Parts: sequence; C-alpha cells; structure tokens
Amino acid sequence: MIDVFINITLLAFLAITAVAIVRLTNIFAIIMLFGIFSFMSAALFMVMDAVDVAFTEAAVGAGISTVLMIATLALTKNQNEKQPAGHRPWLPLAVVMVTGAAMVYGTLDIPAFGDPEAPAQTHVAPYYLERSVAETGVPNVVTSVLASYRGFDTLGEVVVVFTACIAVLLLIGGKRPKTKLDDRGRKDNDT
Amino acid sequence: MTHNLILRVISKSLIPPIIIFALYVQFHGDFGPGGGFQAGVILSAALILYALVFGLDAAEKVIPQTVLRFLASLGVLIYAGVGVVTMFLGGNYLEYSVLAGTQVAGQHLGILLVELGVGITVFAVMLLIFFAFADRGRS
Repeated sequence: MIDVFINITLLAFLAITAVAIVRLTNIFAIIMLFGIFSFMSAALFMVMDAVDVAFTEAAVGAGISTVLMIATLALTKNQNEKQPAGHRPWLPLAVVMVTGAAMVYGTLDIPAFGDPEAPAQTHVAPYYLERSVAETGVPNVVTSVLASYRGFDTLGEVVVVFTACIAVLLLIGGKRPKTKLDDRGRKDNDT
Repeated sequence: MTHNLILRVISKSLIPPIIIFALYVQFHGDFGPGGGFQAGVILSAALILYALVFGLDAAEKVIPQTVLRFLASLGVLIYAGVGVVTMFLGGNYLEYSVLAGTQVAGQHLGILLVELGVGITVFAVMLLIFFAFADRGRS
C-alpha cells in the first residue's frame, strides 16, 4: 500500500517537473530541473528494487551530467533562448499526442510489473537465479550476470565508454590554442 | 567558488565518506548492490565535487590528466587482459573458472578483476570528460 502511495507521489512529481521544464525558458533552471528529474527517477528505481540502476541514475543522471550541462552552459553563455517568432505549437502538439497515444497503446501489451510469467522472467532469468551462487559464488545476481554470464557485453560497454572518452578528448580536449582566430572568437562573444 | 567557506567545510567533510562509499560499492559489489560502473562514477563524483569547490588546479594536483588517460586505458586492458589470461590457462575468452583451483574461486577472482577494470575506466573517463569541458571554460 505504502509502495503505491510512494509511486504515485514520485510519478506525479516527475510529471510536474516535466511540465515545468517545458514551460521554463531559463536554461540554467531547466538543467537544475533535469537533475531533480533524474534524482526522482532514481528514487522510483529504488522503490522498484532496481538498486543498481538507481545508483547509476543518481550518480550519472543527477550528478555528473548536470555538472557537464552546466559546464556546457558556461561555455555557450547564452542563458535565455528566445522563442522564434511565428512559432505554431499545433503541429508538434499533434505529433506528440499521436506518438504518446501509440506508446500508451503499446503498454497495454506489456506484462504487469513483476509478473513471473513475463517473457523476460521465463527465458534465461531462472537459470541465472538458480545457478548463480553455485556456479560463481556471487550472491548478487546482477553482478554475476553482468561480469560473468554476460562478460562479453560488459567488455563491449567498457570499450564504448572508453571510445566516448577518446571522442570527447579529440573534439574538445587539451588546452585551448592561443591563436588569432581564438581572439576574434572571444571578441565576438563580448559584443 | 573558492572563497565560499560553508561549501569548503561541508565538502571537506563529505568527500572522504564518498570515496569510502565508492570503494565499498566497488569491492562489495558481488554481495550488495553496485559494481565497477557505479563505483567509478561515485569516485569521480567525489573528485568533481573537489574540483568544483577548490578549483581545477587543485584537482589536477590530486590526479593529473596524464595519469587519468593512462588509467582509462588501463581499465580496459585489465578487463581484456583477464580474458587473454584465461585463454592462456586453457579456457575460453573470459572463462574465469580456470583462474583458480575451483570453479567458484576462479569465477570470484575473475569477477573481482573485471569489475576493477570497469571501475578504473569509468572513473578516469568521467573525470577526463569533466576536465575537457571545464578546461574549455577556463580563460
């Protein structure tokens, strides 16, 4: 019972935050609300017993990505984006409504949360749950699946993280070169 | 933000518990929630907090970017290296069971090493990306 109440409260706050994000024009405030949104998602994962996901969401979504977005904002220095003139909301609104309706229709086929008969629970999950401790001695099945049964996937993920890092460093890494072009760019920003 | 006394005092008392918690998540990941990815992110969050409050130069004194670049590759190397070692020991790639005498001990050792590699890479990558963004804003 208390779970349902917490879920409804968190989802209501998520919706309120989303509406607030849409209505605000100050990018700094929007970034802070993104952080709050992530943090509440983490709380929601927590209630759903997905503690590992909640960890990641709280640390990456609410923490580091907020810092990175603020750093990007500090670089671009344009806090109040003006709405373009002649902005007509009807077509985007219609697209969003249709997409949203399709997604809600899609959820009707999804098995209920925690349903033991769901395809995800009947495929390889029982094998992992039954054999994990005997085969790997690791009580946390999430860890044994990630690191052992699905070791190749996790290796791929680590390589993806590493590749992303290389890409970011190639694009914006290193010290800023003190060239003439750079001075001109800075002058443009000041005026 | 370097002159804000309250932030400095609070973060000085917060950073050590965050680091301890990150290490706990890293090495207790096989018993409780967490693992390499979460631990790396939490550890880098501790250092990002330090960099935000005490400045980028102070943070780079703690851990220079050249070291971080080395660590980012080292983590991937540890992970992939465990796989190569298991092949040399007669198993398949990433078949941890051959790492130690019994299957369970081998799996345990392999998972520990692999999670360590994940943690090191994620920690270094998150900090490197943060430094890349923050360095740009430094005039």
